[in-house]
Amino acid sequence: MTFTIPIENGDSVKNAEADSQRTLYPYVTGTSIVAIKYKDGVLMASDMGGSYGSTLRYKNIERMKAIGKHSLLGASGEISDFQEILRYLDELVLNDSMWDDGNSLGPKEVHNYLTRVMYNRRNKFNPLWNTLVLGGVKNGETYLGMVSMIGVSFEDNHVATGFGNHLARPILRDEWHADLSFEDGVKLLEKCMRVLLYRDRSAINKLQIAKITEEGVTVSQPYSLKTFWEFKAFNNPTAGAEGSW
Amino acid sequence: MFRNQYDTDVTTWSPTGRLFQVEYAMEAVKQGSAAIGLRSRSHVVLACVNKAQSELSSHQKKIFKVDDHIGVAIAGLTADGRVLSRYMRSEAINHSFTYESPLPVGRLVVHLADKAQVCTQRSWKRPYGVGLLVGGLDESGAHLYYNCPSGNYFEYQAFAIGSRSQAAKTYLERRFESFGDSSKEDLIKDAILAVRETLQGETLKSSLCTVSVLGVGEPFHFLDQETIQKVIDTFEKVPEEEEGEAGEGEAEAAPAEQGGDGGGAGDQDVAPMEM
Repeated sequence: MTFTIPIENGDSVKNAEADSQRTLYPYVTGTSIVAIKYKDGVLMASDMGGSYGSTLRYKNIERMKAIGKHSLLGASGEISDFQEILRYLDELVLNDSMWDDGNSLGPKEVHNYLTRVMYNRRNKFNPLWNTLVLGGVKNGETYLGMVSMIGVSFEDNHVATGFGNHLARPILRDEWHADLSFEDGVKLLEKCMRVLLYRDRSAINKLQIAKITEEGVTVSQPYSLKTFWEFKAFNNPTAGAEGSW
Repeated sequence: MFRNQYDTDVTTWSPTGRLFQVEYAMEAVKQGSAAIGLRSRSHVVLACVNKAQSELSSHQKKIFKVDDHIGVAIAGLTADGRVLSRYMRSEAINHSFTYESPLPVGRLVVHLADKAQVCTQRSWKRPYGVGLLVGGLDESGAHLYYNCPSGNYFEYQAFAIGSRSQAAKTYLERRFESFGDSSKEDLIKDAILAVRETLQGETLKSSLCTVSVLGVGEPFHFLDQETIQKVIDTFEKVPEEEEGEAGEGEAEAAPAEQGGDGGGAGDQDVAPMEM
């Protein structure tokens, strides 16, 4: 996918320079993020893979980070843009805490700030190539929202990015309910991540689950899901249709 | 205040370490008609005296809504006050747009103070000749601040600025300790009573004062004349007697002691309407 704008006055040299300063396509990308609200806050899951096109090049990338005291940010898409966003948010949180006045940025404020950033970049035809998931708890209120690279932003009880939209959300629509316990929440997320592992080519079997509650953020150690490959249909896949694969 | 050779420029210090232009600006605040602010833990009330240029004209608008959760009352050069109110509204709405969340009043006040300070350190500017009582909410509850032309700001439980504000301040000093836990209605009554102190003899009518309220769960709004008159009626129904026999419980102590201030004497000479 390329974004190009014809520049009127520029000669070819200037055009090239201007183009090289805009995001045209992503290079190192993270795949889906899945997140749900539960009884005490928000649970978010992501794998640790960074794909370089079709190569699974990096296998230790943390795609979920704590923001301030009350928020957790997960990102899919271009990893370098995610790192850039973390730098913006670092500055935001720093300035907020320098006020030292008892007021602090909650998840709603961070989500809206990110929406503004993403939308403004999109308007300049120089997007940050990410879909972001922002979850958090402040003063007992749980918040979960999403922003896409074109600035589409909304809140919901469960969100997913990338392939997760197609594979995980149907499961969540059926099985999510309010006030899930921590164990049930994790089981539900693992169910979604397992489906993604089976069906998403850019997923790897090394995932983390992050939890954010009133107390703060905890990101689990990486672990693997148990998978099952002995389905009868896998044994002789071309049984019903000779010549196919 | 005296004129001297160090007072022409705001960027000239006097040998005694004073900036006279800034102090003269603070004098301008004292010339404006009174504005009063008080707060409880959850509400802020701003009240002011309505001064009109002449009988023919309408009165000056001195209280402005900055946002649903912030209001400001001004005293001094009202033109300067309007400009600063516009700045405050702009800051509040920009914050609201970016973060979908109300700007904490404490942060707004610091921006305002820094803006005023700039005018005390540029030779081509002059200090703003207006004092601002900023009332608003943030995460820790209701706050009242006073912003000075000097660029200083202070937080207050209750305060009064403008002409004859000392009378109101004396009244507030006596009662401020109870404001923290006051109900909204009691806070409004105290504000109107404080306004009455600045009138020094004039009969208090609802047309003479403007009152505004904001609080937790209650956006900024003005009280209409009827509501104000009703509050006035609760303590002006009976003229101030030295014994303080009739009248509401709280209002008794204040008018009885204020009898010598001119308010009580004035009303006793004029036959009260209810009698």
